[in-house]
Amino acid sequence: MNVNMTAREAILGAVRLALPKPAVALPDEIHFLGKPRISSNVGYKGELPDLEKVAGFPAPEESLVPFFEKQLVAMGGRSFRVGSAMEARAKATELFPEARVWASTVPEVPGNRRVRAGDSPGSFADVDVAVVRSRLGVAEAAAVWLDSEDLVVPSLGVLAQHLIVMIDPSKIVPTLHEAYGGGLSGETNPYGVFMAGPSATGDIEGVIIHGAQGARSLIVLFAEEELR
Amino acid sequence: MRIGLFVPCYVDAFYPEVAIATLELLESLGHEVSYPREQTCCGQPMANTGDQKAAAAAEAHFVKCFEDFEVVVGPSGSCVHHIRVHLDACEQTPETLRVRKAVRELSEFLHEDQKVNTFPKAVFPHKVGVHDSCTAVRGLRQARPSELPNLPAYSMSRDLLKYIPGLQIIEAERVDECCGFGGSFCVTDAAVSTKMGHDRAHDFVRKGAEYIASGDMSCLLQLKGVIDREKLPLKVVHMAQILNGGPFA
Amino acid sequence: MSLFRMFGDKPVDPQDAAARFIEDSKHEEAHDRLVWAMRTNRDKAVAALPDWEDLRSVASQIKEHTLTHLDTYLEHFEAAATANGVHVHWARDGAEHNAIVVQIFEERGVKLAIKSKSMLQEECGMSESLTKHGIEARESDLGERIQQLSHERPSHIVVPSIHQLRTDVAELFAKHLGTDPNNSDPHYLAESMRNDARPQFLRAQAGMTGANFAIAETGAIVVCTNEGNADIGATVPPLQVCSIGIEKLIPRQIDLAVMLRMLSRSALGPPMTQYTTHLRKPRPGAELHFILVDNKRSERLGSKEFWHVLKCIRCGACMNTCPVYRRSGGLAYGGTYSGPIGIVLDPAFDPHKYHELPFHSSLCGSCSEVCPVKIDIADQIYKWRREIVSQGELPAVEQAGIGVLGEVLAHPGLFEATETVGLRTLKLLPNAVLANRLNPWTNGRKMPVPAQTTFRQWFEDNRRRDGEDA
Repeated sequence: MNVNMTAREAILGAVRLALPKPAVALPDEIHFLGKPRISSNVGYKGELPDLEKVAGFPAPEESLVPFFEKQLVAMGGRSFRVGSAMEARAKATELFPEARVWASTVPEVPGNRRVRAGDSPGSFADVDVAVVRSRLGVAEAAAVWLDSEDLVVPSLGVLAQHLIVMIDPSKIVPTLHEAYGGGLSGETNPYGVFMAGPSATGDIEGVIIHGAQGARSLIVLFAEEELR
Repeated sequence: MRIGLFVPCYVDAFYPEVAIATLELLESLGHEVSYPREQTCCGQPMANTGDQKAAAAAEAHFVKCFEDFEVVVGPSGSCVHHIRVHLDACEQTPETLRVRKAVRELSEFLHEDQKVNTFPKAVFPHKVGVHDSCTAVRGLRQARPSELPNLPAYSMSRDLLKYIPGLQIIEAERVDECCGFGGSFCVTDAAVSTKMGHDRAHDFVRKGAEYIASGDMSCLLQLKGVIDREKLPLKVVHMAQILNGGPFA
Repeated sequence: MSLFRMFGDKPVDPQDAAARFIEDSKHEEAHDRLVWAMRTNRDKAVAALPDWEDLRSVASQIKEHTLTHLDTYLEHFEAAATANGVHVHWARDGAEHNAIVVQIFEERGVKLAIKSKSMLQEECGMSESLTKHGIEARESDLGERIQQLSHERPSHIVVPSIHQLRTDVAELFAKHLGTDPNNSDPHYLAESMRNDARPQFLRAQAGMTGANFAIAETGAIVVCTNEGNADIGATVPPLQVCSIGIEKLIPRQIDLAVMLRMLSRSALGPPMTQYTTHLRKPRPGAELHFILVDNKRSERLGSKEFWHVLKCIRCGACMNTCPVYRRSGGLAYGGTYSGPIGIVLDPAFDPHKYHELPFHSSLCGSCSEVCPVKIDIADQIYKWRREIVSQGELPAVEQAGIGVLGEVLAHPGLFEATETVGLRTLKLLPNAVLANRLNPWTNGRKMPVPAQTTFRQWFEDNRRRDGEDA
């Protein structure tokens, strides 16, 4: 080890010398089986994976919501459809009648704990239920995207005992290919997370337990944006 | 076609019936079969320990024994796999390369090359558990590996056995888990090897098999060791013996 | 390297460790059953994706492309991360990595850091190093915490404590958490850990993670967990340190889709982990540090035979499917990594210590079939055996034996003579002599019975025609 060289120089130098030959090209043209689901502009020319062969996956013109709902149950979550702000409030209190501390970043369901950018992250440790809105969902895994903008203070998403996530059905895409190639391209938030169901573990004899560290439960409410 | 008969070293010593059955099967197809008497071993036992130097001479000798044959057939997936994929300790002369391509495993020879669909001497009205060796499945691709359920299923051994009237195919719960033989592994890692053999044998017992059939005598040697020790209600038989109607041990 | 000093330099004997694990049949049978269940769940997920083979090919190609252009992508990643306000450090080996962490922590008075799973930090022996400097790195993942309290390495890269039964955990938690030793309900145990851990997370001065993927295009990293522990560490403390192996680079954000669609399915079956955490910039008022670590990776990259193992995305599928791993338990491998991937990673760190690992395999090839990035692991294991022998690490007595075998099998005359004598001897030896503790075959199996005549003799007697050799 040449101590006069920085670690950076040493590593990059060693890597350069070690590069395997011949170089391999970045896959650009990928042809998956089946018919295209949407037009392909996500860096892979050709057809995208066709989830229509997955049991129960909807045809192109059908809604993704039923598949999302079923997958979410498999991931340990639950979902409901609400058509108005009143319905959303009623569902929230019905689900968590004993919750005392509510922190909300959405207008439809008010909370009793204010959430402001700059609040101390640890101050949300006593929150029973957090209500937030996601702007992107992925049907194949029933995952919802939440970033620092959605959460206002990111720790809210993981310190609250229970999480209610509202999402407009039109914001749900079929797979991660569409998510990363579409809604998330140009994403610049400091923090972002895909949540697919509540916190879980199988570390003790493979027994699935929900609420290992983060949210004990995750509820998705399908609700159009700016619900009245 | 003039075929060179390749008899794995342990088949020669412990299970000559398998070699006899193979010989008779090939002759019944109308081929002239020769048995190079000086053959010893394909070199796999040495190569598998990583000792290329020790394997080189045996491998070179193998090539010499079989270099005059258009086709070489042997009743062992693991040996054929070694020859086809790993016979590289010896010099890669044109003869070496030709022999490596010429060697065929018995099941693939019958199923793919000769497309045999009738075995008149075969009488085997039993429940037969099918144990394809790992080299047959993942090495020689004689069946769809269970790791790839997204692909269409296929199996040479089962196709062949389906031509035997009265024979009922039994599947293990863990369809193609390793029996634990693994070459020298069976003695250097005896505890794990024995447990694997025990688990595999019991899988077939639970599924109601009377026999375990395989194209690899090494797997059957391992399984028989467990079966005999634990006095399990199972017998082992090689594919060649079933298809040729014997001889049985 | 401190980790290996700590566990000693004596060669690891996986065969012996495995034998003891198997003797404890309660643990071995549960372990084999539970880990096989993960393989089964993976199969169900794969069966549902007809494009699985294409995804594997693309994933493999993305990784091979990145590795064959790694210097460019590392520079790109560093530039993007730095522009985002991240502090980027470089470490040649574990010692340098640990020194960087210690310096960052000491400068800011960190006494307690909460960490989420990182095999790289395991490699570097980071926790032990921090302890020496009076800093506690507390595992936040349940399985890792169980292992930390047990003073054991993780035995599986996804479910680190899968070799422990619930009764073992109950006993452990009674000792360390004051829980009821007679209550081994996993829900009770997990809830106890949740309540024990939360106050610590809130008072920790730093959070630490590894990285599943580092994206050159954006300078961000992605961490996949099921518990959300990486998220607590990333969103609560004011300081965040992430250790990144240089092989974790991928070119673009869209490449994440391919990788993430395979990772969780290969590991446990579900289409994604519960949490897929993206860290790009420090939160306002907080600090974010990335440490890029080499630790023999550039050396592996330069190995024509073994560079493909750098494609590994740490899914654990190879462990789940390996019949030897399932019956040995991960601790039998005695290294940071276990199972098939451990066999091809650990010996590069210390060939003498790990020279037995490549032989702890029946070469069944299942690992190669399940690998989402198409590393031909079985072939790598086979090649490592050659490497071990050529480095002179095979025990001398074995080498002599194999050498003699090679000679015998090369000469037909010798072979026939030995066969004849050997078989005759075998037939004459009483069972009492054969079936004893010194004969590894016979503890559980009966010896094969030599045939009355060999095929060679049968052919001589029945088929040899005059003037014909064969």
